Amino acid sequence: MLGISIFIILFLILMCLSLFFKALPIMKEKNLWVLLTSSDWKPFKGDFGFLPFILSTFYVSLIAIIIALPLSLLTSIYLNSYASGKARRLFEPVVDLLSGIPPVIYGVWGTLAIVPLIADKIAPKFVDFSSGYTVLAGGLVLAIMIIPLLISIMVEVFRSIPREMTDASLSMGATKWQTVKKVILRKSFPGIIAATVLALSRAFGETMAVLMVCGNMTQIPHSIFDACYPLPALIANNYGEMLSMPGYESALMFSAFLLFIIVILFNGLSRFTLNQIEKRYQFA
Amino acid sequence: MKKKQLEENVFKIIMIGAALIILIVLLYIIGTVLFKGLPSLTWDMITKLPGGGFYLGKEGGVLNAIVGSVYIILGSLVLSTFISIPLVMYINFYLPPNSKFSKVIRFSLDILFGIPSIVYGAFGFALMVYLGIRASLLGGIITVGMLIMPIMMRSFDEVARLLSRDLPDAILSLGATKYEMTKVLLRQLMPGLMTAVLLAVGRGIGDAATVLFTAGYTDNIPASLDQPAATLPLAIFFQLGSPVPEVQNRAYASAVILTVIILILSFSARYFSSKFSKNKI
Amino acid sequence: MITVTQRMEPMTLRPVIEIDRTTPLRKVKRDHTLRVENLDVYIEKQHILKDINLTIPEKSITCIIGPSGCGKSTFLKTLNRMHDETPEVKISGKVFVDEENIYDRNINVIDTRKKMGLLAQRPCPLPMSIFDNVAYGPRIHGIRKRKAINQTVIKYLQFVGLWDEVRGRIRSSANRLSIGQQQRLCLARGLAIEPEYILGDEATSALDPLSTKTIEELFIKLKEQYTVILVTHTLRQAKRIADHIAFIYLGQIIEAGPAEEFFSNPKKQLTREYLSGSFS
Repeated sequence: MLGISIFIILFLILMCLSLFFKALPIMKEKNLWVLLTSSDWKPFKGDFGFLPFILSTFYVSLIAIIIALPLSLLTSIYLNSYASGKARRLFEPVVDLLSGIPPVIYGVWGTLAIVPLIADKIAPKFVDFSSGYTVLAGGLVLAIMIIPLLISIMVEVFRSIPREMTDASLSMGATKWQTVKKVILRKSFPGIIAATVLALSRAFGETMAVLMVCGNMTQIPHSIFDACYPLPALIANNYGEMLSMPGYESALMFSAFLLFIIVILFNGLSRFTLNQIEKRYQFA
Repeated sequence: MKKKQLEENVFKIIMIGAALIILIVLLYIIGTVLFKGLPSLTWDMITKLPGGGFYLGKEGGVLNAIVGSVYIILGSLVLSTFISIPLVMYINFYLPPNSKFSKVIRFSLDILFGIPSIVYGAFGFALMVYLGIRASLLGGIITVGMLIMPIMMRSFDEVARLLSRDLPDAILSLGATKYEMTKVLLRQLMPGLMTAVLLAVGRGIGDAATVLFTAGYTDNIPASLDQPAATLPLAIFFQLGSPVPEVQNRAYASAVILTVIILILSFSARYFSSKFSKNKI
Repeated sequence: MITVTQRMEPMTLRPVIEIDRTTPLRKVKRDHTLRVENLDVYIEKQHILKDINLTIPEKSITCIIGPSGCGKSTFLKTLNRMHDETPEVKISGKVFVDEENIYDRNINVIDTRKKMGLLAQRPCPLPMSIFDNVAYGPRIHGIRKRKAINQTVIKYLQFVGLWDEVRGRIRSSANRLSIGQQQRLCLARGLAIEPEYILGDEATSALDPLSTKTIEELFIKLKEQYTVILVTHTLRQAKRIADHIAFIYLGQIIEAGPAEEFFSNPKKQLTREYLSGSFS
């Protein structure tokens, strides 16, 4: 049994190392800075500039957080401080289901509902033409996918606030909303940040749903109505050609490694903060 | 005074609005899938293989994907359970409570839990190349197994942690060995284990990125471990973009099947976890 | 008379207002009465408080005593309508604060709570600085002017004896205070909303003997201006500071009256048994 436990840690290290080694050829060949900041993507010629993909990932995730954070925060506050028992019980399965729906189903919904919505109704107000397969589409779909994660963490964080504190505020004649603003939100601020970071990290790595609605065009998107090409989509779309071109496999493994590192950093930080908060809960 | 009340009321409305938006989106998603897919869900659809090639062939159904997914998830479940159960029992009942090592393990699990499925897919692919395995049922089982391991472990661990310390102590003081104690505790934790399994299956069966490189795709049902296997998520993904409407319908039907499976799993998991908390004192 | 001198704090060059307190803490305008009539409280169908009838004399310390779990805290919470927050609680009866039934539909719960300063069992500073903790009450009730807030904060910190101890770090987090200091802070915070009644729910049970003594002395000071109602977990505390006693057992008032009479000449058998320590 001890062996298995050690195996887990070794596994993590193994994954990291193997991705690193697979990515090594391209890192040796090109300057790391050039890899990360160039937008020349011509695999045939051996040019691998990852900037369009990195930026696409970043933009799509940013849109997702901008949409998801207020919705999740408001809903979590409502569930914690205002909702009746019935409303809370109704919402639990809603959150569960949303988090359980496979990404490919979100992709189907995105293709059927969101893409036409953008192409026909939203984009014409802002730009001449948009296929609908856009940063905005990716961001919207991603937003719905990270909302359940945000809500479940935030509700936990709110619950960890000692009852005495909210009672102290209320017994002084504060309204519920004043208590939320000045006590609950203040106290849970680190937890909310941690939840956001975790959700961002989830957004970075989401492949399928975004792939189906983002347009998959290698370019730096200049508006949310442009198509884009996030890192995970790059890996997913090109695995087939991986072995046909020299350096291509290494390039894609580099993307995977990049994603791995970013996600680990974000996750690690966020989990650490949340653990600290959980410790406080146990002693409260 | 009035300003306070006004602010509170305005925000109350906004909050309820936010919650409603989320609810409506959920219904919208499920509704869209059902609307598009139910009409195509015939008996043929779930019992026949696609005829004439999955991308262009008009005949047949998605049996290949259904069976492929079932095979893969069963295989990866077996793999994952064999590793998860001992691990969770070890860190909860063999190690002293709050030991540093268990904290390190849990932290590693958290990190593994957060790794995107595409990275598991890439790693799985690299592993397969190294081991000389082609894109096949085996490849899919290994990769999906890796994906669902942290999920199962984490969920099971959370349940095991809730168990009061008195029970293992009581068993041990009766003169049982740690192994015998583990067996008894497992029986107690069975509903929790079921929840963990259901959660893991839900995640594993719907994930496309893990099987994209590693399980291949085919019109047929794999007869052995080294043959490629079709899966429901890929059935949707590959067939959605086809110009042939019948093929598209197959994609929608697969989507409905997958969604229904998830709904069943989700409600079963809720049922089991509530059963567990009822049994707890 | 209040003499106010203003000087500049040498290190920060911020104006500091010193108040010379030769006046009583509050100007008392009218009589304040608290009367409970036929109060019944059910928590999840269990009959916790049974037909409570009690008049609390003003400007004195009334101690509610009784074995634990008999409804003392529940009773206290009915006085400032804190049970509104818990849907499982059903209340019937009347609580007249200043001749108005606070459970009447027309009465705003916030007004009621403003009249009651609550000191809970465990000190619970809000997640903000010492200054902001005391300023919280006035601020949420609409007082914006910095001068007024400053004055209030200093006044009440002085009253509870914290001012000299914390003046140098008034903007630092309230969590850094010792537990005795925190409880005094919570008292200052409760006083800052200028209540008429002070409610204490076993307010010293988490404190060390020295801090307990300090808080008890503050209560004695307070009764000159406020009506103080304390739930006490020890008979000794009640003997030390109470002017009036109400003895609750299993949700009913067994006996209530002036403290001296209560302790020297208890009328009910149950009271005598409790006082002699037969059960606790």
